[in-house]
Amino acid sequence: MTEETGAKAAIKTRTMEIAAAVFILICGAIVIYDSARLGAKWGEDGPEAGYFPFYIGAILCIAGVVNMVTAFVAARRDDSNFVELRALKLVFSVLIPTAVYTALISPLGLYLASTIFIAFFMRWLGKYEWWLVALVSIGNSVVFFVIFEVWFKIPLPKGPLEAALGLN
Amino acid sequence: MEEIQSLMQGFAIALSPKNVLLMFAGVILGVIIGVLPGLGGANGVAILLPLTFSMAQSPGGTTSAIILLSCIYWGALFGGAITSILFNIPGEPWSVATTFDGYPLAQKGRAGEALTAAFTSSFIGALVAVIMITFLSPVIARFALEFGPPEFFAVYLLTFCAFVGMSKEPPFKTIAAMMLGFALAAVGTDPVTGTLRLTFGQTHLLSGFDFLVAVIGLFGIGEILLTLEEGLEFRGTKAKMNMRVVLDTWKELPRYWLTSIRSSAVGCFMGIVPGGATPASFMSYGVARRFSKDGDRFGTGMVEGVVAPETAAHAAGTSALLPMLTLGVPGSPTAAVLLGGLLIWGLQPGPLLFVEQKDFVWGLIASMYLGNIAGLIVVLTCVPLFAAILRIPFAVVAPVIMVICAIGAYTVHNSIFDVWMMIVFGVIGYVFKKLNYPLAPLVLAIVLGDRAEASFRQAMLVSQGEMSIFFSTPLVGGLTGLALFLLLWPVVSAGLARMKRA
Repeated sequence: MTEETGAKAAIKTRTMEIAAAVFILICGAIVIYDSARLGAKWGEDGPEAGYFPFYIGAILCIAGVVNMVTAFVAARRDDSNFVELRALKLVFSVLIPTAVYTALISPLGLYLASTIFIAFFMRWLGKYEWWLVALVSIGNSVVFFVIFEVWFKIPLPKGPLEAALGLN
Repeated sequence: MEEIQSLMQGFAIALSPKNVLLMFAGVILGVIIGVLPGLGGANGVAILLPLTFSMAQSPGGTTSAIILLSCIYWGALFGGAITSILFNIPGEPWSVATTFDGYPLAQKGRAGEALTAAFTSSFIGALVAVIMITFLSPVIARFALEFGPPEFFAVYLLTFCAFVGMSKEPPFKTIAAMMLGFALAAVGTDPVTGTLRLTFGQTHLLSGFDFLVAVIGLFGIGEILLTLEEGLEFRGTKAKMNMRVVLDTWKELPRYWLTSIRSSAVGCFMGIVPGGATPASFMSYGVARRFSKDGDRFGTGMVEGVVAPETAAHAAGTSALLPMLTLGVPGSPTAAVLLGGLLIWGLQPGPLLFVEQKDFVWGLIASMYLGNIAGLIVVLTCVPLFAAILRIPFAVVAPVIMVICAIGAYTVHNSIFDVWMMIVFGVIGYVFKKLNYPLAPLVLAIVLGDRAEASFRQAMLVSQGEMSIFFSTPLVGGLTGLALFLLLWPVVSAGLARMKRA
């Protein structure tokens, strides 16, 4: 279907299916490795710490292998797109700013970081007028400040701005 | 009639001014959460759970906290219908069947009728389920008091095998998602021996992965990423709601009494089974279409086609709390988050709750009656307001929701690391959802992992490592047998289908 509209595929479904199966398999292997390290057998006073997780890891590996085989078998028929280039760009255009935002929370404080994040998003993706951008982004942080710091007395990370305003 | 007496006491607790206020606040918040993309019942409750930590410490506070959170759940259930009918976007998976007839009705300019029918039948479905909970849960709890570790593990096994047997997703994907949840639950300090597991020297992992962070990431961030792909704008129809429309629709609704009864029954039954709300709504829609005399006109905008799935979905969503309260086994992701809340507040979900925390249990059950009445009033009067929320452009809503999710993840343990984990879980949720890996069993496994492991190890201690303990009595053997049957059901049904063809 997607082929007809001429959309460019970024990743094929089969590639992603196999990647997910490998991910599951790796997780399973890690769990088995650590359970074996801790002891997955029957100790003197009962089951050891790795007893239960060992089985979890084993089942994870089995499921990973089965899913991988299924993906390889289905790959011959399935030519669908996991995600198109256009959609992937949109996804990253949210994911990357969110990661930057998270990185900014510690140095700037949550309220200032949120204001910048929302303002950036509205201006860049939404192309809104500056006054509206300022209103929503600053208003949002003020509302959250009142809810968390004043109302529920739950302190969120604060930075230099709050210190300068004497709100700490 | 001990139940009635307890229930009356519950009403006395739930009707205190503070709790009534919380009820309305919860329902309104819940509807907004249900309407907004990226915020559903499960992660809405997860985000607000940290706000109740301090509330739960005052006397009687746990009851107030659970009333607030469960009312958010009812509100979210109601909210799903608004987006399905007006915007053709099912806010929750169990609202998908509502779009079949709800959206055509709205296109014909009969949105008010469709919404009234949806809300009213949701209310009736929920009411039937709550009545069932009132009378059935004390019985089940009393029965479950006799349960030992093997029985509890068999119940957990049954829950998880039911996911494999009942879900539409490929069985091995369900198993993979579920086991990933168990693996995540195992990270951190081993509850029995105190050894560190799967932490690999990372201090952040000492206390393990928190299911709240996982829920916020998987359902919140994952959902926003998915919504983004669809584009940045929602187009919807307008709803005219006034007393006239409501009363006219109410006059029409008694005609569908048989559909309501059937759908409630389907919903109550399926709700007790994990992950039941979604199949319940589809099943009930299918049954209604087969039995209705206008069956072939379903899908073109029939009120009956809205009544059937909504009644069943609400009945199922509500009865999902029955196993949560009586056995400590939640029937849906949202019920799982509520269960997690109970654990954080220091309550032990399970049969003992009915003995030790009578006020809490009956306050909650009473609030289910009242909360759904509050919900009906709120949604019938405020639909245009809620629909307006959906008209706010995504470029504004998305970052605000992201900030809310980040705050939610941060407040769980006051750690930025959790916010990073939320983003990782968001990407996992996005990929898994697109590849048909179910998220509900993953969440349930994270919540129940420690408890399932503890009961397994206790049972193993009793039997000195013999698996035969899970077949030692008729009760535990029956539970285990049923679990294995459900686990193998995909194989059995595939075999049956092949035999039919041959």
